[in-house]
Amino acid sequence: MNATNLKKVVIEPVTRVEGHGKVTILLDEDKKVKQARLHIVEFRGFERFIQGRPFWEVPVLVQRLCGICPVSHHLAAAKAMDIIVGGENLTPTAEKMRRLMHYGQMFQSHVLHFFHLCSPDLLFGFDADPAIRNIIGVAQKYPDLAVQGVMMRKYGQEIIEATAGKKIHGTGAVPGGVNKNLSIEERDHFLKDIDKMLEWSLGAVKIAKDYTMENLDMVKPFGSFDSNHLSLIREDGAMDLYHGGLRCIDPEGNKIFDHIDYSNYLDYIAEEVRPWSYMKFPFIKSLGTEKGWYRVGPLARVNTCDFIDTPLAEKERKEFMALTGGKPNNITLAYHWTRMIETLHSAEKIRDLLNDPDLQGNDLITKGERRDEAIALIEAPRGTLFHHYKVDKNDQVTMANLIVSTTNNNEPMNRAVTKVAEDHLSGVEITEGLLNHIEVAIRAYDPCLSCATHAMGKMPLIVTLVDHLGDVVDKKIKD
Amino acid sequence: MKEKRKVLLIGFGNPGRLDDGLGPALAEKIEALNIPEVAVDSNYQLTVEDAAYVAENDIVIFADASVNCKEPFIFSRIDPKKDISFTTHSIDPGSVLGLSRDLFHAETEGYILGIRGYDFNEFGEHLSKKAEENLCQAVDFIVTALQKKDFSEILK
Repeated sequence: MNATNLKKVVIEPVTRVEGHGKVTILLDEDKKVKQARLHIVEFRGFERFIQGRPFWEVPVLVQRLCGICPVSHHLAAAKAMDIIVGGENLTPTAEKMRRLMHYGQMFQSHVLHFFHLCSPDLLFGFDADPAIRNIIGVAQKYPDLAVQGVMMRKYGQEIIEATAGKKIHGTGAVPGGVNKNLSIEERDHFLKDIDKMLEWSLGAVKIAKDYTMENLDMVKPFGSFDSNHLSLIREDGAMDLYHGGLRCIDPEGNKIFDHIDYSNYLDYIAEEVRPWSYMKFPFIKSLGTEKGWYRVGPLARVNTCDFIDTPLAEKERKEFMALTGGKPNNITLAYHWTRMIETLHSAEKIRDLLNDPDLQGNDLITKGERRDEAIALIEAPRGTLFHHYKVDKNDQVTMANLIVSTTNNNEPMNRAVTKVAEDHLSGVEITEGLLNHIEVAIRAYDPCLSCATHAMGKMPLIVTLVDHLGDVVDKKIKD
Repeated sequence: MKEKRKVLLIGFGNPGRLDDGLGPALAEKIEALNIPEVAVDSNYQLTVEDAAYVAENDIVIFADASVNCKEPFIFSRIDPKKDISFTTHSIDPGSVLGLSRDLFHAETEGYILGIRGYDFNEFGEHLSKKAEENLCQAVDFIVTALQKKDFSEILK
């Protein structure tokens, strides 16, 4: 089939908050789905933007990359700059402050996604009227749940403020450590509400779990496929969202590699360029592009770890893994369930850290032998995040390479959209139902298509249907 | 009593994206003035928890860059919205007000200050010259308004 003979169905959001993403569904002559492509215009200019800047500015500068997950970039860059200053062996206070910041970020990010973006789908159904299938709709029909979502998000954001500083220009993590500890007053403020956060997190896990189990026939095949899974892992096999070695498993759970020092990531992972996409496609070198792609994020992390080191989340992990007999779970919509297990885990970690007196320590920074290259990874809410820098003798950054979580999930998202299009496209019309299903499939990955801006007047979703002659036969705009 | 009314000003946008930083830039200038009963916040974007903060105030002003408003800025009253764009991680000012009303029974008055910007599509931590000029005029305007804490006259 020549590509020019294919009919194209284009779903193009012109929104700067999520970058310039669009979905193109290629149809064959029989109007069957041949291929679906999720286009994300990744803004690569950022890596050039930080070249020439002093390395100690980088943990602050990289937050500008993304208004959605600035803390993940802040911490990944700080971990890299630890290596530059020879301060990667952090003091207990510094490491625990950073972990508290990180769990606060994980908690608020997952909560935002679940309550704000996902829960309307689960509570009202994918095909419900978009006018009610949103957070305002949830607020009106399930006000207690909506309040929980807002207050949990607020809690996580306040943890970030207490550890990182301001919402914009956070400076908490610095090369070799942190610039503040947690005061007794701050600690007591957060301890006051932590039991409520745990209770609400358990409730959110239950919503995601019950939805999955009650709708298993629909959920199981929805945008689903077997895949490899990649994440950081602690030395003893526990889930560790802040630090660890790289583990990758195949769809059956066999280890492709394990406990890899991530400073050697270039020996294991490469990025493929495809002419139709600005975003690269990472893959495991030893398996090649066809079989080497993998998933990252909550689903991958729960699949790859041997256990979770907090009791409530571990109990939920066991229940989750029992669904597939202990084998990796490859259900795309199971991202929601695992995201809530991680929310619970983060709340437990926050509680444990708040009760640790090391957070009130005053030994904040360490240094050692100066280096000129650094690679650091962290498990961001959406998956594994890679930061790689080179610094010259004048302390200026000469090279930066970032592989963001959404890039790691590029191929899986394309596969999910293809699967949904195959199952739900009827004729050559972009129905509301098809749109909804595609969005639900993409949303499962919680992609950060951001790295952009959001000024007023740039928010519509434009949907265009183009026939094989290039004529627009259908167009929809979603404000 | 109007002079006791609590005001929250939220400037939002990405300072790393040129004129998209107009909202935070305005917030920074207003915060430095320490105007009584005026709290100032800034962030990359609005999110759901802003509804809780809005509910604690009598008046909220959302300050943002605008790609197409009338120069140098616009200022208008906004009502709580019942719907929301569901493909984004952010939330618009009307939806924040709507959430604040629905979840916290707030009757906060909402206003939007849109400052015209021009350059958005590159990374850079500076405002364009014309955006700077618009910002200065917007600051002068909003400082006067905040001292009165009654915007009904201005909007007439």
